[in-house]
Amino acid sequence: METTMNHQITSSKSQQLHVLAVDDSNIDRKIIEKLLKVSSFKVTVVDSGSRALEYLGLEENTNSTQFDDLKVNLIMTDYSMPGMTGFELLKKIKNSSTLKEIPVVIMSSENIVTRIDRCLEEGAEEYLLKPVKLSDVRRLKDSILKTENMGMKPMESNNRKRKRNDDRLPVLPSSLSCHINASMSPPASPQQPTPKLC
Amino acid sequence: MERNQMHTQVANTRKSLFDQGYLDDQFIQLEELQDSSNPNFVEEVVTLYYRDSARFLSNLDQALEKRPLDFSKLDNLMHQFKGSSTSIGAKKVKTECTHFRNYCSARNAEGCKRTFQNVKKEYTTLRKKLEAYFQMSRQVGPVETACQAR
Repeated sequence: METTMNHQITSSKSQQLHVLAVDDSNIDRKIIEKLLKVSSFKVTVVDSGSRALEYLGLEENTNSTQFDDLKVNLIMTDYSMPGMTGFELLKKIKNSSTLKEIPVVIMSSENIVTRIDRCLEEGAEEYLLKPVKLSDVRRLKDSILKTENMGMKPMESNNRKRKRNDDRLPVLPSSLSCHINASMSPPASPQQPTPKLC
Repeated sequence: MERNQMHTQVANTRKSLFDQGYLDDQFIQLEELQDSSNPNFVEEVVTLYYRDSARFLSNLDQALEKRPLDFSKLDNLMHQFKGSSTSIGAKKVKTECTHFRNYCSARNAEGCKRTFQNVKKEYTTLRKKLEAYFQMSRQVGPVETACQAR
């Protein structure tokens, strides 16, 4: 008899999600680091896009399981940075075959619709208005965990998640539900083996 | 009994900072991040802000001396300073920054110079008030906030 068990590859509950945060402002780096740590993320903070790519390049080379603690599950980047903007960083990540799966969130103090659209179109997971709040981070965490637990790829470019100007809460895509594979079962209990009837 | 009175005093001082519009909700966000493992987090952030932003302000001072004014540069500098001010919940400072940026957009030199004086004034006033508040808080010891939402 064959057992049909659908095991989900969960980012193991004992392992923390690792966020790479990018911001040129000292103060914002300190705050985002704290926000993330309080939310039980493992955090690496860098002050520029180029340093972020350096870090990610390093993690690219250490792709084996023993270096799991370097694996980045989420990138959060400020939009306005000297040198490489957050948008440019986003583009480079989404154009990289090894890095494009990593969800990228843009943070900005400016609520500019064309900018938001551009970022989302380029593949950003979300566009958060600064100052980022604890509730934003918690929501992000839920969203990332859900994505990882279901073995889904992070939002593909045709999923628009627009942050409405009048409402700080981003619209979680209902399209998330469209990606749920009907054969997937929750990880909690293994399915009973289905007896074959002859 | 005296300790309770001091606690009350600290709480009142804190409340007045909000009531008088010096601080906004973002300051509370920072307070919520403070815990026993990092009991001085808010003060650390504020200290960092004052240390860091001195640079922006002196750059702005210098840029305002130039003739003709480079409004785009001024706006850019102020954008960064405003961002930091917003991050710590410095409400009045933030408001003056916005006025400054509006004058930059309008290419109004006099407006810029005038509001920059207001920015500096609010910045300095807040610093004094926060220093006093933190000092008072430290003397009293950790004050429990009403709700520790985690």
